[in-house]
Amino acid sequence: MVFSSRDFSRRRIGAAAALALAGAALAGCGGGSTADPDRGKDAKNLSLTITRNAIEGGKNSEEAVWITRTVIPEFVAAQKAKGVTVKVTFRGQGVDDEVYKTKLALDLKSRSGADIMDIDGIWVGEFAQAGYILPLSKAVGAPAGAWDGWSRIPGSVQRLATFENERYGVPPGTDGRLVFFNKKLFARAGLPADWQPKSWQEIVAAGRALKKVPGVTPIQLNAGTAMGEATSMQGALPLLAGAGAEIWADGRWTGGGQALKQVLGLYAQVYGREGLGDPKLQQEAKGRDKSFEEFAAGKIGILFEGDYFWRDVLNPKTGVAKMATRDQDVGYALIPAVSQGRGVRGQSFVSMSGGSVTVLNPNTDYPQQAFELLAFMNSPEMVKARTAGTPEITSRTDVNKEILAGDPFLTFVSEKVLPVTSYRPGLSAYPQVSTALQEATASVVSGKSPDQAAAEYAKKLEGIVGGASHVTPR
Amino acid sequence: MAPPTSPRADLAPAAAPFFEGDAAGLGRGRAAAFVAPALVLVAVFLVFPALWTLYLGTTDYRLTGVAASEPRFVGTDNYRTVLGDGDFHRSLWLTLQFVLGSAVIGQTVLGFSIAWVMRDRPGPVRRLVEGLVLLAWILPSSVIAFLWIALLDRDGGTLNAVLGTPGTAWLLDHPMACVVVFNVWRGTAFSMMLYGAALGNVPPSHLETARLAGASTWQTLRDAVFPRIRGHLLTSLLLVSLWTFNDFTPFLITAGGPDGRSEIMSVYVYRTALGDGRLGFGAAISLIMILINLVIALLYLRALRDRGRARTAEPGGAEAGAARGAAA
Repeated sequence: MVFSSRDFSRRRIGAAAALALAGAALAGCGGGSTADPDRGKDAKNLSLTITRNAIEGGKNSEEAVWITRTVIPEFVAAQKAKGVTVKVTFRGQGVDDEVYKTKLALDLKSRSGADIMDIDGIWVGEFAQAGYILPLSKAVGAPAGAWDGWSRIPGSVQRLATFENERYGVPPGTDGRLVFFNKKLFARAGLPADWQPKSWQEIVAAGRALKKVPGVTPIQLNAGTAMGEATSMQGALPLLAGAGAEIWADGRWTGGGQALKQVLGLYAQVYGREGLGDPKLQQEAKGRDKSFEEFAAGKIGILFEGDYFWRDVLNPKTGVAKMATRDQDVGYALIPAVSQGRGVRGQSFVSMSGGSVTVLNPNTDYPQQAFELLAFMNSPEMVKARTAGTPEITSRTDVNKEILAGDPFLTFVSEKVLPVTSYRPGLSAYPQVSTALQEATASVVSGKSPDQAAAEYAKKLEGIVGGASHVTPR
Repeated sequence: MAPPTSPRADLAPAAAPFFEGDAAGLGRGRAAAFVAPALVLVAVFLVFPALWTLYLGTTDYRLTGVAASEPRFVGTDNYRTVLGDGDFHRSLWLTLQFVLGSAVIGQTVLGFSIAWVMRDRPGPVRRLVEGLVLLAWILPSSVIAFLWIALLDRDGGTLNAVLGTPGTAWLLDHPMACVVVFNVWRGTAFSMMLYGAALGNVPPSHLETARLAGASTWQTLRDAVFPRIRGHLLTSLLLVSLWTFNDFTPFLITAGGPDGRSEIMSVYVYRTALGDGRLGFGAAISLIMILINLVIALLYLRALRDRGRARTAEPGGAEAGAARGAAA
């Protein structure tokens, strides 16, 4: 043996313990409580930093361009007019959402990071519980509550930034989920150009017709863990709502009951024996991006996505999978419930909505100025500038009135999709529950029966949420 | 102190030797002063993190949520959960495949084969081959991972173009085989260099004797070469196993997918600790990994000791052995 017992004398153990304590003292980091919201209020010369998962030339490029070329220069100029010199820096990121989330959490944990940051609305709860972000009423105080923008943001959209009845930030916009289809392929399959499926079986029937067109994948319904949250938001959750259940309702999580079995049954129909979807695409690391490219190239017939697919991905000018003939060749429809009137709240059509939230770092040296910048970013002028290239449904009703008027697609989303939409629960267990859902869909895609996958999901769910008493078996 | 006994004696330093525990205790004090910076570094960067990980492993500490600000003590719950977790069992099994396939079989066999074939090749040829093999080893992991993704991609991948197999999804159908082959390709250079150096220790007379006795290649290796380089073999094997066991590069190629089918232990720790934010749970898995590492490290130290003994082995034995083998 390498070590002999005589090496471990009492004195040496004592020394090791002392060393460990010394190490703890040196390596441990102390934390203070959040200070006064008025700190740094009268500063005449200051620096602020903005971060979000956007980078020029890469992910969400237009947002990065908007911040660096519009927001920052105009805010700096407005402050200069007030006699304040502000230096605003944008720290762009272009990484996977999960990596971005980890990075932010570690930044906030170590009391560092940017002054203003974008987080997914679904992270608000867990970040708040961890003490990483504070309610605006505490971080900023009265000026946050007095912001005139709140009256322009509907309550349902404000919910994205709310946790336990406290507002933590400002949601810049919201979105909805739809079914997109390629009209040219539909024509070749003998399907109508004004298609609006009224049940899941009508989608399957259209898929069967499309299967007869050579070289076409009939249906792209996101599945598996490689797609991450896209599987939940574009697949499992709207389908669950269509089967009459929400993932979390009345204080309980929905387990592996009838509704989930129906959802997984549809996955089995699409990816199983009938071969209406491409299982490989669901497993690839860049599968979602490939599905965009394939749809734009006329190789996918039906695709479930958020409205961003139309306005951003297929955008003939700025899209990542540009489709010059988008306006003529792409149709869109509401996602139907399993059958009419069988969806959540008795609806015949369903959708899911989400969105990001811009929050303040509680460790900022200048909470008042940081909120001023946050409010400035969400002012009507800035929001209009943000949506100039790619119109979207913003959180502001006054801006929406202007930009939706000439846009039939966004009008459709605003008037037809959002009224039937559902939101994810802002609870810290949700991300793990979502992963379990994704795994259930992956199991079915790789050949397991819906019943077996649902049973495995239920077992996993109980482990995540702390036992069967927190789960509804429906 | 004794009076000087020679003209030179007064020039002798009065200082006590550093490591002699003299009556004044000066030596020990100075020694401690010299060692202290290193000990502080060890305490801060090794002892404390290890103890901290040990502590974290007994809590439900998370990256976000309530358990991020108020972690609870859960005793051995994390360990019980890990040991009963199907994903952990799968990652252990995949890691075993990864280590055995790429380190033990792939890199060792291929590295030795190249070193053996190249040992008496002309300088330029040997340097060219070694340079090519080394290239894979010296390139950054992120670069070679990108190259392999481009090579194995389903649409437009080089491999499908060369083999005429369009649409074959190598990374999805055979994820573990892909990462094993990738690791063999990348890590063979180290084994090759080590065995190249080891083969230099085999006296040419041994090989000549084996050749004259008509020994086959295998007999020559078995009786004349391996006994001389057994220590090198074991050392390299264990070092490479240790590195492979902790390697995270496969994550860059498959991210543990599809559906966890290439999720080796290092990737499993990353996913649970940082991906899912379960830091306490991740700490528990890390400690299990450290224990496995310790076992490999102890084997490595034992191999080093055996290697020391091998150096004292009788040099004539190999020649006689090779001749005996050939005669048989």
